[in-house]
Amino acid sequence: MTSVPMESTHLGMVIGGSLERGLEVKLNPAFPLEEAHVGSFVAIQGQSSRYFGIISDVSLEASDSSMRSAPPDVDDPFIAQIVSGTGVYGVATVSPQLTLGGDAFENLEGPKPARSIPAHFAPVYLASEEDVSAIFGTDDERHIWIGSPLDMEGTQVCLDLEEFVKRSNGIFGKSGTGKTFLTRILLAGILQKNVAVNLVFDMHSEYGWQGTLEGGSGVKGLKQLFPAQVAVFSLDPESSRRREVSWDVDVKIGYGEIEPEDIEILAEALNITPQGVTAVYALAKKFGQEHWLEKLLGSNGRDEISKLAEDVTENFQVLLTLHRRLRNLSRMGFLQRNLPQVNAVDRILKYLGDGQHVVLEFGRYGNELMAYILVANLLTRRIHQQYVRKTETAMGDRFQEPRPLVITIEEAHRFLTPAVASQTIFGTIAREMRKYKVALLVVDQRPSGIDEEVLSQLGTRMTYLLDNDRDVDAVLSGTSGARELRRVLSRLDSRQQALMFGHALPMPVVVKTREYGTKESYEELGLQSNRAIPKSEGKIDNRDLFG
Amino acid sequence: MAIESLQNTVLGEITEASSAEFTVDCHELYASPPLGGLVKTEDSEEVFAVVRSISTAPIDPTRRPVARGKNEPDRDAVYRKNPQLEKLLRTEFLATIVGHRASDGYHQYLPPQPPKIHTFVHICTTEEIFSFTQKLEFLPLLLFGPMPLADEVTAAFLRPAATSHPDPNSFLLAAGREISRLLNRDLQRLNALLRRIRP
Repeated sequence: MTSVPMESTHLGMVIGGSLERGLEVKLNPAFPLEEAHVGSFVAIQGQSSRYFGIISDVSLEASDSSMRSAPPDVDDPFIAQIVSGTGVYGVATVSPQLTLGGDAFENLEGPKPARSIPAHFAPVYLASEEDVSAIFGTDDERHIWIGSPLDMEGTQVCLDLEEFVKRSNGIFGKSGTGKTFLTRILLAGILQKNVAVNLVFDMHSEYGWQGTLEGGSGVKGLKQLFPAQVAVFSLDPESSRRREVSWDVDVKIGYGEIEPEDIEILAEALNITPQGVTAVYALAKKFGQEHWLEKLLGSNGRDEISKLAEDVTENFQVLLTLHRRLRNLSRMGFLQRNLPQVNAVDRILKYLGDGQHVVLEFGRYGNELMAYILVANLLTRRIHQQYVRKTETAMGDRFQEPRPLVITIEEAHRFLTPAVASQTIFGTIAREMRKYKVALLVVDQRPSGIDEEVLSQLGTRMTYLLDNDRDVDAVLSGTSGARELRRVLSRLDSRQQALMFGHALPMPVVVKTREYGTKESYEELGLQSNRAIPKSEGKIDNRDLFG
Repeated sequence: MAIESLQNTVLGEITEASSAEFTVDCHELYASPPLGGLVKTEDSEEVFAVVRSISTAPIDPTRRPVARGKNEPDRDAVYRKNPQLEKLLRTEFLATIVGHRASDGYHQYLPPQPPKIHTFVHICTTEEIFSFTQKLEFLPLLLFGPMPLADEVTAAFLRPAATSHPDPNSFLLAAGREISRLLNRDLQRLNALLRRIRP
């Protein structure tokens, strides 16, 4: 009949555009316009290369301007069907991202960033399963399946975990969009593929033994999937006991372990003035790192505090207020006056050194931001120091280097606000990147609250729906093609759909994240690892044994 | 006369031919194919054409027919009573050339030479219509030729041609889209034509 192929995946053909603005694709009349979704993954067959991109916009065009003023007789479905697609038609804007060369030799190197565009009238298709696996790889030793592209149920988009853990990464989205589920999948993937060790600051006790589904029922946490490889530390054993979940280590922190820097970061949460912070440093200088807090909180009554003020030559009122504010700390059960017998940092480091993954549950303290910031910051700083030391001792000897560490923090904007990012350890980690083998996995719903410099250092960003324009701007800052991505991002479903882009993915892609919480998902994410790990160690070549 | 009864019979002979069209003198009075019918010449290189106008007139233009049925019950009775009429009148049709078939298949453009005078002309079978309409590139020849009522003829051709296809609707849709592309500067004409071919 006509020469237009009638395949259901044939989207249309290139009729114009540019590399920067995106290519205009006239939609095939047989392709239902309403099925051309922003964010869909498409392939363009050029003369010698295949190009890949995502639909960033869809518009309506008419071949003649009179179509607008005197529309044809569209009451008749037959006429409407004819005119749509010829006289009037849809145009999709596709931003080309990657190319795959024509010959097999070039393909060995994998897809490359698109630096050219296909000629006029090149046919455009919805990407096939083979296209997706050619770009994103397949679920293997270093890739993990994280979901399927938009409108391609059953096709697997994979993430290069080995690249992923080399840099700090971010997961963003409004609450209830699926951030925690994606985080669980990624953490399980890191465990399964054995590419790094995890340290999770588990604010709401979601990752360790059991997490919650919206609706009440529970999903298995990492400990249930990998019983032998995950240790759960708890700041609030009572809560763990109440929830009837198992934990491995109680965490206690002595007053002596709290440094002035920790208080400085808490200044906003505790409502401490800059003068108060200065006083803290003065106290630490006077009484020493290990005793200043004990000394301050141990002073009771105006007289004792007045004496303390004289000792450190600080204003009495300032010290009085500081005393009142810091008394809040003594409410926290995990803080104790004396140094604990078991040093939490050492225990965590020992576990991490043995390749064990650590989840630190906050229990009821999860609702106290102050506790979360204090503990996460305090522990991370020490752990980071140890990592720096170990990495420097190793001096590039790969066998002595510590295992890469991924630290997961929630509510990250509290640690990484522009005001404190330069001081907190998290800001440092995010900036110095992989030099010391420590990377962050930032989980947050207000990316606009995070320091711009830190955001720009995030390797891979995964974002669910965000409402606030400033949040969207923040997530996309420093990304090429931000304008197109913005359009895609603002049209995500409110659940389970995420836009992912950055270091560990060859091109931006909208993913419907895979299920977590079904029996199959546990099997795929959990048991496999028990098979995967001995595979590399237990494989013995007969020649090694018998010569 | 029904198309089926005309198939495989010689309709008539070409009496006038040019590059774009030819005139056929029918062997039988009123035995012309319908308006919009697809005909072909009996030749080594078959030329395909669409009937665009049919006329019946006295062979001798100076002798105009007169009314003969005053005492007859109907028209057929007039012809029965006056058998000479079959010889004095003749039916002619004019066909627009839309393509030809050479050794390498169908071509939907004009043949290098028009058919010769006295070439016999047949009506195309359903299979031939189906084969010829696999492509729609002949539509400009129908729509933009010099003939009057081009749209009427096009519609008259497409409607029955669709029935030769297993899925007439999708054929008409494809044809409609092709027409829509050709006439996208003239919406009124497009509208009128599409209304004529809708199933």
